Amino acid sequence: MPYNAKIKVTLRESILDVQGKAVEHALKNLGYVSVRSARIGKYIEVSINEPEEAEAERICNEICQKLLSNPVMENYTFELEHVN
Amino acid sequence: MAAITAGIVVFPGSNCDHDTEHAVASFEGLRPVMLWHNEHDLRGADVIILPGGFSYGDYLRAGAIARFSPIMQEVIEFARKGYPVLGICNGFQVLLESGLLEGALSRNRDKKFICSQTTIKAVNSSTCFTSGYRENEVLSIPIAHGEGNYFAPPDVIRTLEEHNQIVFRYCDENGNVTPEANPNGSVGNIAGIVNREGNVLGLMPHPERASELLLGSCDGRRLFESVFGYIAGRR
Repeated sequence: MPYNAKIKVTLRESILDVQGKAVEHALKNLGYVSVRSARIGKYIEVSINEPEEAEAERICNEICQKLLSNPVMENYTFELEHVN
Repeated sequence: MAAITAGIVVFPGSNCDHDTEHAVASFEGLRPVMLWHNEHDLRGADVIILPGGFSYGDYLRAGAIARFSPIMQEVIEFARKGYPVLGICNGFQVLLESGLLEGALSRNRDKKFICSQTTIKAVNSSTCFTSGYRENEVLSIPIAHGEGNYFAPPDVIRTLEEHNQIVFRYCDENGNVTPEANPNGSVGNIAGIVNREGNVLGLMPHPERASELLLGSCDGRRLFESVFGYIAGRR
């Protein structure tokens, strides 16, 4: 039974997010004075064909650490969704 | 004596591979061989060069996918055996992603892709890549990148400094390492580093684009000269 992993990769707080900054400035220029900040990250969907959720989760962690994020400057989170 | 072989890795999206080949071929006794990313054979290379460009379109992150190319397994093993590996620009990004060098490169501080002549300082002239420079010599070498903002956590920076692994820093034309002379926001104006063993160098500036007077500077040429001389000396 496949799982659908919805993965978010974001820059660590300590890393300057230049795209986020540009968006933040644009929003402020549009008059949204209550906007405090904007951060841009990546959203990745991966379909994993594993019967056990624990195994799907293990694989998901592994691919996030190995390829999908760079631990030096990024964090990741994911949700696993069971697909029938 | 047999020619020294410089293996230049070609990833889909590399675009400085032929510039590098041209620079290498201009040295007597040097033989460039182009190594396709899908190969597993370094074809007798004495030195490996990962050239600039946009491997795999910079998809996901610069260098992230190239790092898992078949040839990279061989390059990593080659580097671990102590042979010289040079990564220029995107090649530097690939070396960081592969773990052969420490840290990461993120977007330039001012959001722009920067393509300009830059001055850097050879702050460590004791490596096999920089022995042809005087200590703290100021070099004119161009940069061309959108993601050259070097980052590493403070403890990693300290270790790099303790082991003299920082090789190039951006500076002004008088050699002052100042915030104004930092084009991309790199920590400590870092433009290039080596691994602890000193056989793997990654740098953002393009020495192959500063290897003949016609291009406005020859300052990059001595980097190649240094490493080729080092290889010849070990034979």
